[in-house]
Amino acid sequence: MKQYETVIGLEVHVELATKTKIFCGCSTAFGAAPNTHVCPVCTGMPGSLPVLNRQVVEFALKAGLALNCEINQFCKFDRKNYFYPDNPQNYQISQLYLPICHDGFVEIETGSGTKKVRIHEIHMEEDAGKLVHDDWTDSSLVDYNRSGVPLIEIVSEPDMRSADEVIAYLTCLQSTMQYLGVSDCRLQEGSMRADVNLSVREVGSSAFGTRTEMKNLNSFKAIARAIDGERERQIELIEEGKSVIQETRRWDDNKESSHAMRSKEDAKDYRYFPDPDLPPITISDEWIAKIKSEQPELKREKAARYQSEYGLSAYDADLLTGDKALAERFEASIAAGAAPKKAANWLTGETLRLLKEKNMEPGEIRFAPEHLAALILLFEKGVINNQTAKEVFAVMFDGDVDPETYVSEHGLKMESDSGLLTETVKKIIDANPKAAGELREGKDKVIGFLVGQVMREMKGKADPALVGDLIRKQIFG
Amino acid sequence: MQILELSALELADEIKKGTIGVTEAAKASLDQIRKEDSKVCAYMTVDEDAVMKRAREVEEGIKSGRYTGPLAGVPIAVKDNICTKGMRTTCSSKILENFVPFYNAEAVDLIEKAGMIMLGKTNMDEFAMGSTTETSAFMATKNPWNTEHVPGGSSGGSCAAVAAGEAFLALGSDTGGSIRQPSSYCGVTGIKPTYGTVSRYGLIAYASSLDQIGPIGKTAADCAALLSVLASYDKKDSTSMKRDDADFMAAFKENPASLRIGIPKEYLSEGLDEDVRKGVEQAAEYLKEQGATVETFDLGFMEYTIPAYYVIASAEASSNLERFDGVKYGYRTAEYDGLHDMYKKSRSEGFGPEVKRRIMLGSFVLSSGYYDAYYLKALKVRAKIKQAFDEAFSRYDVILGPAAPTAAPKLGTSLSDPMKMYLSDIYTVAVNLAGLPGLTVPCTVNEKGLPIGVQLIGDCFAEKKLFLAASGIEKARGAWTLPFTGKETL
Amino acid sequence: MAEIITDKTMDEIEILAKLHLTDEEKEKSREEMQRMLNYVDMLNTLNTDDVEPLTHIFPVSNVFRDDVITESTPKEILLGNAPEEKDGQFLVPKTIG
Repeated sequence: MKQYETVIGLEVHVELATKTKIFCGCSTAFGAAPNTHVCPVCTGMPGSLPVLNRQVVEFALKAGLALNCEINQFCKFDRKNYFYPDNPQNYQISQLYLPICHDGFVEIETGSGTKKVRIHEIHMEEDAGKLVHDDWTDSSLVDYNRSGVPLIEIVSEPDMRSADEVIAYLTCLQSTMQYLGVSDCRLQEGSMRADVNLSVREVGSSAFGTRTEMKNLNSFKAIARAIDGERERQIELIEEGKSVIQETRRWDDNKESSHAMRSKEDAKDYRYFPDPDLPPITISDEWIAKIKSEQPELKREKAARYQSEYGLSAYDADLLTGDKALAERFEASIAAGAAPKKAANWLTGETLRLLKEKNMEPGEIRFAPEHLAALILLFEKGVINNQTAKEVFAVMFDGDVDPETYVSEHGLKMESDSGLLTETVKKIIDANPKAAGELREGKDKVIGFLVGQVMREMKGKADPALVGDLIRKQIFG
Repeated sequence: MQILELSALELADEIKKGTIGVTEAAKASLDQIRKEDSKVCAYMTVDEDAVMKRAREVEEGIKSGRYTGPLAGVPIAVKDNICTKGMRTTCSSKILENFVPFYNAEAVDLIEKAGMIMLGKTNMDEFAMGSTTETSAFMATKNPWNTEHVPGGSSGGSCAAVAAGEAFLALGSDTGGSIRQPSSYCGVTGIKPTYGTVSRYGLIAYASSLDQIGPIGKTAADCAALLSVLASYDKKDSTSMKRDDADFMAAFKENPASLRIGIPKEYLSEGLDEDVRKGVEQAAEYLKEQGATVETFDLGFMEYTIPAYYVIASAEASSNLERFDGVKYGYRTAEYDGLHDMYKKSRSEGFGPEVKRRIMLGSFVLSSGYYDAYYLKALKVRAKIKQAFDEAFSRYDVILGPAAPTAAPKLGTSLSDPMKMYLSDIYTVAVNLAGLPGLTVPCTVNEKGLPIGVQLIGDCFAEKKLFLAASGIEKARGAWTLPFTGKETL
Repeated sequence: MAEIITDKTMDEIEILAKLHLTDEEKEKSREEMQRMLNYVDMLNTLNTDDVEPLTHIFPVSNVFRDDVITESTPKEILLGNAPEEKDGQFLVPKTIG
């Protein structure tokens, strides 16, 4: 069997975090009742005209500069003409001839090191409305709330070779957009959408195979499955002596298969031409310099700084900076007085575990940074032990309680009265002569059992290390 | 006093003095519409009750000092491609037969703010595509000078309404001559302003880079007064221009003797009817009488203007008219098999032949493989045409020429040969391609009793020079009598 | 010479422009378009090397609005002209994936 290489390029649509749509003042807020965030402009009423939202250009520039792009300092909007009911004018205002950004790159971490993925271009465009099927009438219903929501489309070069690289690339875009405040980039909510262009070729070949474009990929898992599925499908065709057809396919993640989105009525010719309703955009050197100067610290720099400044491991630094909200929480906790390494441990350990368990995003963390700092301090001072700290943290995670108040109200402080502790240790040794004997004979492992018995008797309010010392003292004198 | 014979400014003056009431003026217009429009067919829609209600409101408004402008109380007609809130706006197309906008065009808001009374909506060539108002899906408007002739187009309804005394003023739109050519045919004055002067918001687009709304009236001064109302920056239209010279009435205080007038030699060569050529020569004489210098010159690029215009206008139209699809508003076919069949049937049944012709041509010139050869090439030619005008305006203040090769043709003689109809736009389309202002002023009447206007073209933002030259022609020409005056019937 | 407009070209234009033509109309339109393109072809006799295409009359750029929410249209009004509607939405023939 021949060896095949997969060649992948991505077209990623990112919904920009503006308050209003790209060409009108309607709100972009998610989840409103159908056709309530609409006006003549975003529903293609006759005589209406578009006026560009400045913030869209600003965000597109931020994104482009962060992705190392060149800026087209003179750029224009073009109309992309095709009929579909979610597209109220039956043309989409987009950019073909002079997109705002071009020729950028990102560096992704792969199993075999760092890899550069080149970005062909970034252009601004408007989103379409939403179509839902109505079973009662066997028709479709159109809601134009999303129509005109600003998007940037980030088009990569065909530089990726595996699903892992694709996901690394997408994660990188996601984190960059989040740090820039340009988009929240949620795949599930559709604020980040990736279309996969994929072809296969024999290893060693320098020519590209015929590619297909895969749409409707709503999660990283779906993307990975679709890439594997499409790779297999294309190899199978080639092996059977058939050829791959250049086409757009729709992925069905439930069936784990795709089908061609072909129709003889589909215009493949979009007849792009400059939109006469929109004057061009000129981007001055000053504007670019201003945006560059405002660029926040992005993931890679931040992770490097966490290692050098706080002595975190590369692994922890990567985890913390993987999500903007998590990194912000970390920095706020330090600002609130938490020891960096301890804060990192809580955030990468318990926090991520609970988020995953409860299917939450780091942005949804409820506990205040001050409370995390306070909890760490309680533990450091020996007021509570590790087990108690985890219990208190779980409560904090759910309802953001003040750990100090909670510990004292629930009587969770460790017993520092050595009299009671000594008495309990004595009681446990007396009640467990067999274990005590074994310890005395040098079977050190048994100490854990005895400590556990004492801790249970103390209802957890003791420092296990101290308990161990007391047991040894009793037995060995 | 014969109310209908007054100019708009004279009427507004009488209203201010209290000698004529606003309701009286509105009623006079409505009476004239009732009397004449069954013959002229200028109006698509008139809501008499709304007109009288609005007239009473404006009457109060003038008394209370709310409306103080020079055109307060004047009745005006509006072309049916300009959106009017609550009143159907059809573009004289079946596809929009029942479309009622829920918003006003900016121009409509402005005439309301000026205290004018909108009488109704006027007939036009379907989507402003045509030169006779015969491509209207509903009816053909007749020329009030001779109802066997066309009024011109596409703003034929607006021009005929003014010529027939059915309105004191009207709004038209001009993409390739649609104000200037029917103004010539109907013996009225009309101006296509510099691109960007009047907001296009609410003007149902034909070709966005060429479309402009403009005034049509009995005199140059009436048009200047209305243009002063309409010329204002609109942040809803990204191509709207900020102008600080929008008091066009100032033009009439100046002396036309200072004007340098150029007549392109090409404008007087073959293809021009003798009566129109005489009209242009007459206008040149009038201007000389007023002390202006007049000479002929070579403008250049004439032969390229019509092909460039039809490529660009059709390309933009093919895209602009995609929104008429039977989904959100307008006509939807009764029976269909699926989405694309619904689109195709609704559009094929909803659009007339001329509109379809231009949509098809526009779709073709933008399609892959032809974009560079046709569309892009036309845009480059457009740049050359603009350069030719820039060159001309370094030497002349105003270009004088015909507005159309002939006087108004007879009804039913123009549509059979589309190419021939397109070629008759030869004197008007270049102005739109270059974004210039162009004004038509009535000059003479031919042997058949049909009016002939001449066109004055100015550099961008030089409307005042056009009004000044027009006032010179008016002065030398003397009073101009519209056909409805002093006649029993049309 | 101008491009030759074939029946196939006309079929493609019907799809692009979403128009349906009878065979008769199609033939007439084909002839008209051919005639028009033969005429338009004269543009090619003008040298336009080194000429920038003129898409906007004035060298105006950066016409922006601020990112401030303005009032939306109530949906009953928006849907007032809809040929068919249901549940506050525009009803259209079923669209496929």
